Amino acid sequence: MSELIQTRHGRVLQLTLNRPAARNALNNDLLLQIAQALESAATDSAVSACVIYGNERCFAAGADLNEMAQKDLPATLNDIRPQLWGRINAFNKPLIAAVNGYALGAGCELALLCDVVIAGDNARFGLPEITLGIMPGAGGTQRLIRCVGKSLASKMILTGESIGAREAREAGLVSDICPPALTLEYGLGQAQKMARHAPLALQAAKQALRQSQEMALQTGLAQERQLFAMLAATDDRREGIDAFLQKRTPDFKGR
Amino acid sequence: MEFIVTHVEQGVMTLTLNRPDRLNSFNDEMHRQLAASLTQAERDDTIRCLLLTGAGRGFCAGQDLNDRNVDPNGAPPDLGMSVENFYNPLVRRLARLPKPVIAAVNGVAAGAGATLALGCGSASFVMAFSKLGLVPDCGGTWWLPRVAGHARAMGLALLGDKLSAEQAHAWGMIWQVVDDEKLSAAAQELAMHLATQPTFGLGLIKQAIHAAENNTLDAQLDLERDYQRLAGRSDDYREGVSAFLAKRKPQFTGR
Repeated sequence: MSELIQTRHGRVLQLTLNRPAARNALNNDLLLQIAQALESAATDSAVSACVIYGNERCFAAGADLNEMAQKDLPATLNDIRPQLWGRINAFNKPLIAAVNGYALGAGCELALLCDVVIAGDNARFGLPEITLGIMPGAGGTQRLIRCVGKSLASKMILTGESIGAREAREAGLVSDICPPALTLEYGLGQAQKMARHAPLALQAAKQALRQSQEMALQTGLAQERQLFAMLAATDDRREGIDAFLQKRTPDFKGR
Repeated sequence: MEFIVTHVEQGVMTLTLNRPDRLNSFNDEMHRQLAASLTQAERDDTIRCLLLTGAGRGFCAGQDLNDRNVDPNGAPPDLGMSVENFYNPLVRRLARLPKPVIAAVNGVAAGAGATLALGCGSASFVMAFSKLGLVPDCGGTWWLPRVAGHARAMGLALLGDKLSAEQAHAWGMIWQVVDDEKLSAAAQELAMHLATQPTFGLGLIKQAIHAAENNTLDAQLDLERDYQRLAGRSDDYREGVSAFLAKRKPQFTGR
């Protein structure tokens, strides 16, 4: 059985992390498979959104420590991991993490990289790297502080303590909490809801949301306006507004 | 020494607190044994109801103060450690256990023993903490106002006076009062009954009622929707409906 299972639900792609013996530890091979799956989905016009899921008890409990331990300084400098993370981050369509159980270390960083996190009430988020004498190396120190603020992010990263689903939602890391047996279903439901909208609008909106983290407000507003104007040139915008005015379901073509 | 005597029969696990010479007060070893029994109750699906009672003439007198000799010249003890390591996990696990837990309070339930009894279901209840300069732990300050109301909770906790079983019943703190000689049989009968019921559904009801303490009506309605969705997928729901339509007695499996 493959370590990354791909399932299609209409316009939604589901990626299931499947290394249960290693609690879905994200080794290089698995990261590479995620990157490749997302790259194919990015150019597949039949896919509008993607959900990443683990299982009912675990999302991903970290990186593969055996793999990491073998790398000395030069090997770490030349590690391909940052490029793999970059490729995953470059996915241009909505990406939802449906998290049950542990999302620790690299698992937490993968969830943070996603646009939306839906959590089972048994979910735990944490960056325990510090307890191993290292630190988060794939966005943990950058993305966490941007969603939960300085104090909680610093506490989690400097003590290695994890937080539960409820605290994660209050802090803004998670959008919804549900019973673990429904997490995947709800994640897919949200993805289906997104997938009903115009593909180009989804991509433009995601781009605008992403760049809000990169630039000052005025520049961001200008960029947002450009993306907004760009959508004015699409057929789907006309279809969306027409359908709304005529009280019918729009039929988007991705143009 | 067996401080916890367990007995499993017909789906009921009876846990007897067994330090009768010390009114079944807790020491560290008794906590460890209780934790081990709880692990069994959590993992074993054939156990569908938990019955908690005390050996001898008391239910549980709380913490054994002999273990807490305070050296007048020493540093103050860290009572929080014992709460964090023993009492809190115990209460959390009992509250989360997706099976009914009944306390057959056969005699005095004082201190942590009183709150433990509240945490589950001719006895008396004593919130003894205040007489020692302490605070009710084991969830005491959380359960009491919820089961007895704010004013009574304050009175009980601040005065530390003894409360009779009749009064506790009148205040809604306990479900049923029975004569001393009938307690064991009545508790067994109730436990046996619950052990034949749709355990999965009962577990969801228990979780939902706990969740209601913190939820707004809106949030609780969403939770009810989620739990109903799960309950509707259970074998016992199918069995319940077919037995009802066929006018026969349902045979629930707990799944």
